[in-house]
Amino acid sequence: MNSSVTLEWKAVCKVDEILPGTGVGVRLPEGQAALFRTRDGQLHALDNMDPFSRANVISRGLLGSLGGTRVVASPLYKQHFCLETGKCLEDETVSLTVYPVRQRGELVEVAVG
Amino acid sequence: MGFAFTLFNSWQAETVKGDIPMTKQKVLLVGHGMVGQRFLEALADRGGLDHYDVTILCAESRPAYDRVGLTRYFTERDADALSLVPDGFMAQPGLTLKLSTRVREIDRHARVVITEAGERLDYDKLVLATGSYPFVPPIDGNDRPNCFVYRTLDDLDEIIAAADQARIGTVVGGGLLGLEAAKALHDLGLETHVVEFAPRLMAVQVDDLGGGLLKDKIQALGVTVHTNTGTRAIVDGEQHRHRMDFGEDRHLETDIIVFSAGIRPEDSLARACGLELGERGGVVIDDYCVTSDPDIFAIGEVALWQGRIFGLVAPGYQMAETAAARLCADSEPSFQGADMSTKLKLMGVDVASVGDAHGQTPGARSAVFFDQSTGVYKKVVVSECGRKLLGAVLVGDANDYGNLLQLCLNQIDLPGEAAALIAPAAGDAPMLGADALPDSAQICSCNNVSKGALCAAIDDGATTVGDLKACTKASATCGGCAALVKQVLDSELAKRGVEVNNHVCEHFPYSRQEIYHLVRVGEIKTFDELLEKHGSGDGCDICKPLAASVLASCWNDYVLSKPHASLQDTNDYFLGNMQRDGTYSIVPRVPGGEITPDKLIVLGEVAKKYDLYTKITGGQRVDLFGARVEQLPEIWKILVDAGFETGHAYGKSLRTVKSCVGSTWCRYGVKDSVGTAIQVEDRYKGLRSPHKIKMAVSGCTRECAEAQSKDVGVIATDKGWNLYVCGNGGMRPRHADLLVSDLSDQQLIRTIDRFLMFYIRTADRLQRTSVWLENLEGGLDYLKQVILDDSLGIGDELEAQMQQVIDTYQCEWKTTVEDPQAVKRFKHFVNDDVADDNLHYVRERGQRRPAYEHERIELVQQEG
Ligand SMILES: Cc1cc2nc3c(=O)[nH]c(=O)nc-3n(C[C@H](O)[C@H](O)[C@H](O)COP(=O)(O)OP(=O)(O)OC[C@H]3O[C@@H](n4cnc5c(N)ncnc54)[C@H](O)[C@@H]3O)c2cc1C
Ligand code: SF4
Ligand code: SF4
Repeated sequence: MNSSVTLEWKAVCKVDEILPGTGVGVRLPEGQAALFRTRDGQLHALDNMDPFSRANVISRGLLGSLGGTRVVASPLYKQHFCLETGKCLEDETVSLTVYPVRQRGELVEVAVG
Repeated sequence: MGFAFTLFNSWQAETVKGDIPMTKQKVLLVGHGMVGQRFLEALADRGGLDHYDVTILCAESRPAYDRVGLTRYFTERDADALSLVPDGFMAQPGLTLKLSTRVREIDRHARVVITEAGERLDYDKLVLATGSYPFVPPIDGNDRPNCFVYRTLDDLDEIIAAADQARIGTVVGGGLLGLEAAKALHDLGLETHVVEFAPRLMAVQVDDLGGGLLKDKIQALGVTVHTNTGTRAIVDGEQHRHRMDFGEDRHLETDIIVFSAGIRPEDSLARACGLELGERGGVVIDDYCVTSDPDIFAIGEVALWQGRIFGLVAPGYQMAETAAARLCADSEPSFQGADMSTKLKLMGVDVASVGDAHGQTPGARSAVFFDQSTGVYKKVVVSECGRKLLGAVLVGDANDYGNLLQLCLNQIDLPGEAAALIAPAAGDAPMLGADALPDSAQICSCNNVSKGALCAAIDDGATTVGDLKACTKASATCGGCAALVKQVLDSELAKRGVEVNNHVCEHFPYSRQEIYHLVRVGEIKTFDELLEKHGSGDGCDICKPLAASVLASCWNDYVLSKPHASLQDTNDYFLGNMQRDGTYSIVPRVPGGEITPDKLIVLGEVAKKYDLYTKITGGQRVDLFGARVEQLPEIWKILVDAGFETGHAYGKSLRTVKSCVGSTWCRYGVKDSVGTAIQVEDRYKGLRSPHKIKMAVSGCTRECAEAQSKDVGVIATDKGWNLYVCGNGGMRPRHADLLVSDLSDQQLIRTIDRFLMFYIRTADRLQRTSVWLENLEGGLDYLKQVILDDSLGIGDELEAQMQQVIDTYQCEWKTTVEDPQAVKRFKHFVNDDVADDNLHYVRERGQRRPAYEHERIELVQQEG
C-alpha cells in the first residue's frame, strides 16, 4: 500500500482459523469486515455488509473467479464482488470498501485507520 | 406497474376515439372465444384498428380463454392462466370489450344488433364468432340436476362443485372431448364411466382396431367403458342420484352425468335473421369468410365452408386471419379448407390421426402394425401408387406423428416401403429429418407456422424453443409439434454454426451429467481433484455447489468435512436456509408429517426460548425462523437430543414426503399412506440431487396429499400403488405422469430407487424432474423403458448406487453438534463471540420478523 496516511493494523485471528477457500466475519472498532483466504493462501478483506440486502453476510459468500477476476458471490442475491477492488460485477455503481490485510507470522492483521 | 400502464392506455384510448369518430367504421364482433380473439389480434397486426372501432360482445363472464386447454383448469384451478388476452391488449385504442353480454337478435336492415339486456348497437361490419354449443341427446331426464356439459369454465366450476358430494361420474359420449371429460372426472376422484353409442371410442379419429386398443388402455386406468350402449332414460337411482336406463334390463347408477355427445354450430342468431345456413346448420361462408350478407362474416366453429364444419381451433384461426385480411382490403390469405389431423394424449394414452385415417380415398391401401402386448397400434394409408401418404392412425405411441404429418401435408414421396414407416425398430424407420422439409412445410398447424417462419425467427436471434414459442406462437396451442419445433431449431442452429453448449460454467467444459460421469468413473473424491483433472481456474458459485452435490450423490461424505466445506453455499455450510436479514431457518424432519405431541411440544419450547418466528410449511412440517448463526448448534443440540433429524430444507435434496392420513384413520383409505410416506422419507432423506425433490403419498384416489404435483407421487388403489413422476407445483406447475400402476410395496421402492438415481445421473444443474422429463429425448416412453424394462441394462447398478447412499446416511446436524471443531465455525465474528449488531426486528401478529428498510431506519434512530 503506497499511502501517505499511516495505517493502524489490528490483529484479528490466526491464519488457520480460516479454512482455505472460505471467509469469516471480523469485528472492527467501527463496523464489520469479511475476511477471505483463497485456496492458494491469499488474504482479502471487504466490507461485510451486502449493499443489496443490507445484511452482514458477505463473509459467508462463495469464492471463485469469473473471467480471471477473483470474486465473492453474495449468499443472498448472488451478485459478485471483486476481491481486489470491491466492485460489483453486475452493477458498476455499487462497490464494497476494501481493507488492507497482511499476515504476520501466524496472525492476520487488518488495517483500520 | 402493469396496472398503471393499463389505466393510462385506456384513458388514452378514450381521447383518441373522441377526436376522430367520423372517419372510422364500426365492427361488431359477436363471441369472444378462441377464434374471436385471434381475429382481433390479426386485425390489430394488420393496422386494422386505425380504420375500425371494434366492439366485442362476449356472452361469457371472462374474456377469451384457451378452451383447448380447458381441462387444465381441473388441476390448476387458475382461470387467469388460461387467458388468451395478452396484458394491455384490450386497452388499445379502437377496442371495447363488453363481458357478460349476449346478443339476442340481429336486425340486418337497420344494421343493428340487440343484446339480451336490450342495448342496441349499430354496425358497418359484423363478425360472427359464436362457436358451437354442446349437443345434449334428447333423452328423458337429461335436464335433471347434476347433468352437465363440458364447454366453458362455468361448466367446469359446476362440475367441480358437484363432484365434492359425488362418488360416481358418467360421461355420455366417447369421442375426443368425452374422454377428456372422463379424465377430469377420474382426476376428481370419482369412479368414472364412459357410455358410447357407437361400437368404438373416438369413432371419428380412429378405426375399429385402434378404438379397441384405446378402450383396453383406458379401462386399465380405471375408467369403465360401455360401447354399443344407448341411454333410454335417466331416472331416480336407488344408491345414487341417477339411474341411466340402457334397455334390456341394463342400467348404471351415477351421481353426475356429463354430456359430450358432439357439438352443433351456435347459429341461432344467423338463422333468425335469414342468413344462408347449411342443411344441418352452420353459417355458409365463401373463401373470404363472407356469409350470404356481404357485411357479415362468420369464422370459427359456427362457419360452414364447402359443406364442412371445422371442430378444431387451427382452421378457425385461419378463418380469423382471412376475415381480418379482408377487412383490411387484403385478398390474401383466403380460406382453403384445413387439415384435421390431431394428436393428443388422452388419459396418458397417445392418440393421433392424420389426414384420411379411414382410407376413404378411392384406391387407398393401408398397412397396419398391431402389438397387443405393448399396446401399440399404428396404421398408415397410402395412395394407390404407393408413393404418397394419405393418412395414419396411431394409438399407444404417437412419436411418428410429426414425421407422418409432414409426409402427408407436403405430399413428399415416401422414402421407402409404407410398412417401414411404422416398423417397430424405430432406429431403422426411414426418418424424415427436419432438414428434408421445405421452407413452406407447416410445422405448427394450430397457429399456421411454417418452417420458413421458424428459420426467420432463428435468424432474428431465437435460440430456444421458448423463444420460438414466444415470437411465432409455434407449439403454443396444443403442443403437438413441440418435438418437431425443437428438431428444426437444433438443425438450424447447427447449420448456423451456433454451438449449443450446456457447460456448467467457465471452469468446466462439461454438462452436469458429464461431470457426474467423470466423478463416478474416475472415482474422484474432492473438488480439487476434479478441478485439476477436468477444469480450470478457481471454480465459482455455480460449479462448487454443483460439485459438492455430485460428490455427495456419489460418495455421501459428511458435507462439512474439510475438503467439501468450502464448496457449500451458505445454506449447506451452516445447514440452514439464509433469510433476508442473514439469519437462518430451522426445519427438523417430520417424516410423512406425522409427529407425536411430545415432539411438537419440544418444537414449541425451542421456538419460545429463542423467540423464533414459527410457521407451518406446505410440506407438513414446522419452520422456525430467525436463528442467528451462533445459535444454530445449541438449538440443534436440543432438537437432536429430542430425537429430531435435519430436514435438509437447505439442500438440493429430498425435502418432504407429504402424506394424507390414509387407512390409519380415513374412512376411504385403502392403504397405509402415512407408513409408506415415512418409509420412503427415511429411505431417501439426505439424498443429494440436481435440485430439490418433493414426494407425496395418498391413501386412495381422492388424492388428498396432492401426489400428482410432486416429483414422485404415490397413490394407493385396491390393486396396489400407482407411481406418478415428474410433477411440479411452484412457479411452473406440471401434472405428474403415471409411470406404472399396481405395484407391491417392494416394487414401489425399487422403482423409485431406479427413477431417482437415473434422474440424479442424467439431469442438468438445477433441473427439476419436470423439466428434465420434458427435455429427455424419447420422453415418458423412454423413461419407462429405462426404469421398467431396463432397456439400458443399468437397473441393478442404479439400485446398488442408491443402496450405497442409503447405507452411508448420517444426520448432518447430529454429526455437527457432536464435533467441537465443526461447532466452532458457527460464529458471526472470528474475533468476538458477540452477535451481529445489525439485526432489527418488529413484532407482527404476535411474532417477530426482520424490520423492513424504512422501519430499520426508524429503529436505528430510536436506538441511537
Ligand atoms: C374441452 C375441449 C377440448 C378441446 N380440445 C381441442 C384440441 O385439442 N384441439 C383443437 O383443435 N380443438 C379443441 N377443442 C375445440 C376448440 O376449443 C374450438 O375449436 C375453438 O374454441 C373454436 O373457437 P370459436 O371461437 O369458434 O368458438 P368458442 O371458443 O366456443 O367461442 C365462442 C364464444 O361465443 C360466445 N357466444 C355464443 N353465442 C353468443 C351470443 N349470442 N352473443 C355473444 N356471445 C356469444 C360463446 O359464449 C363463446 O364464448 C376443444 C374444445 C373443448 C371444449
Ligand atoms: S386420499 Fe387419503 S385422506 Fe384423502 S380420502 Fe383418500 S385415504 Fe382419505
Ligand atoms: S414464494 Fe417467493 S416469497 Fe414465498 S417463500 Fe417462495 S421464494 Fe419466498
